[in-house]
Amino acid sequence: MIGLVVNPVAGLGGAVGLKGTDGMVDEALARGAVPRAGERAVLAVRALPPEVPLATAGGAMGADAVRAAGREPALVVDGGDGATTADDTRRAVAALAEAGCELILFAGGDGTARDVCAAIGDRVPALGVPAGVKIQSAAFAESPRRAGELAGAWLTGRRRERAAEVVDLDEDAVPAGRVGPRLYGTLRVPLGPGLVASAKSPSNDEDPAAVNGIAARMAERIGDGTAILGPGTTVAAVGREMGLDTTLVGVDLVRGGALVLRDAAERDLLEALDGDGATTVVTPIGGQGFVLGRGNQQISPAVLRAAGIGRLTVVATPAKLAVLGARPLIVDTGDEATDAELRGWHRLVTGYDEETIYRVE
Amino acid sequence: MSPQFQQARWSEPLLSELGTPGERGYVPTAPEAEIAAHAPDPLAAIPPAFRRSTPPRLPQVAQPQLLRHFYRLSQETLGNDVAVDFGLGTCTMKYSPKVNEHLVRMPEVQDLHPAQHEDTVQGILEVLWRLEQMLCAISGLDRFTLQPPSGSAAVYTNASIVRAYHASRGEGEQRDEIISSVFSHPCDQSGPWSAGFKVVELYPGPNGYPELDALKAALSNRTAGIVITNPEDTGIYNPHIAEFTRLVHEAGGLCVYDQANANGILGIARAREAGFDLCHFNMHKTFSSPHNGMGPAMGASGVKEELARFLPAPVVEKRGDRFELDWNRPESIGKIRSFVGNAQIAVRSYAWILALGPDGIREVAETAVLNANYLATRLREVPGMSQPFPTSNTPIEQFRWSLEALREETGVGSADISRNLADYGFQPVFGSHHPFIVPEPLTPEASESFSKEDIDAWADAMIDIAKRAQADADDVLEGPYRNACRRIDAAALDDPERWVPTSRVERAKGAVTGD
Repeated sequence: MIGLVVNPVAGLGGAVGLKGTDGMVDEALARGAVPRAGERAVLAVRALPPEVPLATAGGAMGADAVRAAGREPALVVDGGDGATTADDTRRAVAALAEAGCELILFAGGDGTARDVCAAIGDRVPALGVPAGVKIQSAAFAESPRRAGELAGAWLTGRRRERAAEVVDLDEDAVPAGRVGPRLYGTLRVPLGPGLVASAKSPSNDEDPAAVNGIAARMAERIGDGTAILGPGTTVAAVGREMGLDTTLVGVDLVRGGALVLRDAAERDLLEALDGDGATTVVTPIGGQGFVLGRGNQQISPAVLRAAGIGRLTVVATPAKLAVLGARPLIVDTGDEATDAELRGWHRLVTGYDEETIYRVE
Repeated sequence: MSPQFQQARWSEPLLSELGTPGERGYVPTAPEAEIAAHAPDPLAAIPPAFRRSTPPRLPQVAQPQLLRHFYRLSQETLGNDVAVDFGLGTCTMKYSPKVNEHLVRMPEVQDLHPAQHEDTVQGILEVLWRLEQMLCAISGLDRFTLQPPSGSAAVYTNASIVRAYHASRGEGEQRDEIISSVFSHPCDQSGPWSAGFKVVELYPGPNGYPELDALKAALSNRTAGIVITNPEDTGIYNPHIAEFTRLVHEAGGLCVYDQANANGILGIARAREAGFDLCHFNMHKTFSSPHNGMGPAMGASGVKEELARFLPAPVVEKRGDRFELDWNRPESIGKIRSFVGNAQIAVRSYAWILALGPDGIREVAETAVLNANYLATRLREVPGMSQPFPTSNTPIEQFRWSLEALREETGVGSADISRNLADYGFQPVFGSHHPFIVPEPLTPEASESFSKEDIDAWADAMIDIAKRAQADADDVLEGPYRNACRRIDAAALDDPERWVPTSRVERAKGAVTGD
């Protein structure tokens, strides 16, 4: 059984010039936005094999779309009162997983992916039907139709999946005016050729050889020394390679082959660093190329200085760099002097015996 | 314009499914008694343990059925002789003159064995030696080996020579980094990597080629050399290449020029004048020998005199009027492959160069550049297609385009366009080498062999497909319609669990149980 959840307000902001729809529904509707997520979901449902039973949430959160596609839902779970807050999405997704859905299709954007991730993490496979304003997460198919095709192929095929990064705006940084992406976790998405990756959604998970090579090289380099490990699947692989239970979305400190700080705040890092400094390992999050200042503010200018500013090591798979289309990486730590020192050519670790000279601006 | 082409579509079974037991194409008569009495038993030479107890299940088919079978299969392909194939850029598809096929089918070539004594193969040794002299003249370098069986093998050969050079100077341990650019051919990174180097890559700057400052940031006393393609895979020529080679030399490194495809500069610019110490040519690209479906091929590796001692053994030497194989090469990197090179490819390339002469060689490049640039003016008419780098920086003889805009508008991308070309009787168009930095890439390369009519027809087909995509995306997404085969499930290509590259892997996966 496939579960379908529609975030009916996804995509509303885009048509009327907003950067997203989260918390802006009334504003978007006032500006004349027309809901489209339902239509997108219909296209996806039409591409599903007709014999597959569908479970969904009520009304605009799924059942309307299923019926508009000429199907009758096998099960309708409680989808809230139709106010369609993030909470409604989470609740509906959890209920569908509970009801035994093998795959959750969700129509929305990055915010919706984040809600799905919060509800089911990587326990149940999920796949995004692109319908939102922002699509930076690697959890979406290229088009609604391809989402349906991929879901059908997965269901009837060998059911292989990969981890996809869920990236959304970093809300903590928005008040400071520093809009940028943050990693919120991973979803397990069906593996299929060319269906999930797109120029805007970096998917280094498709390049496990490069990730493993980078992890092995960095684990060797760090050895018994001290290292600060930033967020991201590539950096998380470094921790895994060292046999440590490091975080995916947080910042960790390792020393002497042991995990000293897990999900550390800036102050924890400053306290833990001594005169020997640390290797700081970061990777670009999202498709814009931010390596510092978005989603990893714990690695502050003060932390960078205490660690040794010349010891910043950027790691990235070739697939992630390719997404940038040769645009430079970006640092925006909030301190101009620190940024100035970091700008210029960096030697990125892009594989076990592979480095890339890349510009940071 | 609508597709005018209709390919044959046969429901042809496998050869093993054809015929009936006992059916034969040819029944040899039994030897006469006298001969049989004197001839040794051919099975006697095979140890009993290796003899089969049951005969193999070979196909049993009469001649007319067999001929029909293979003709039908050939009608379901789009080969060089039936379909314009310049869409397959970076491969330098060109016409290989049929007269050269007659040459390689002469008994003097066809019946050669590589283990023959050199006294009996003076002719082919002379061809190899003369071809080497020609490549020296074309590149400006001093010695060549024709041994590597592919372009990638030639890059590996050159990387091994760079390693041997630094080892001979006591810097082998220290100089362990090869610099390359991300838009060089992928073997420029993987070849040195296989030869034991760490690889440092340069990304393109705003003009589409690597910046000098990026090179400076990469250079150090660990630099063993640079391995680079120019024009790069995008077709863009790096105008600062002499400055690149000068800086690498100052840092103590060697400079290796990947000239797999030299069609844009043949007879116009040489590796030596650009400051390179080594280079290689793919004889199956620029020098007109057919690609032969992934081989046999020839990657000719060339070096300056001071590096000649490291070339693989043997090399062909002319001593007086005699041609000899010189095996006595104590500093050689060893063998890249058995023997001295694929003789048939050497004959074709030699005949091609000889037929053209120095002026003709230059004209090849000039015509190829003209053709490619004419194609570019036509492709600017394709809706949703763009040049990903500044148009002021005119590519040389292959062009990388992006269909990102069409894809965003219609959902139809470069792979869909490529498939649909088959409906117009054209071979697919090449996208990009790894990594895909340009979204929805297309890289055609109209070499010198193609007429204005060919180029116009191809461009018209591209324009037509893009317009069809705008009118009805599903029409293109479902295509092609008029071919032997429409769309295949490509899922297996992305699934290592389903790859069976060797029989050993097949057995490990349990797909086969003996027999």
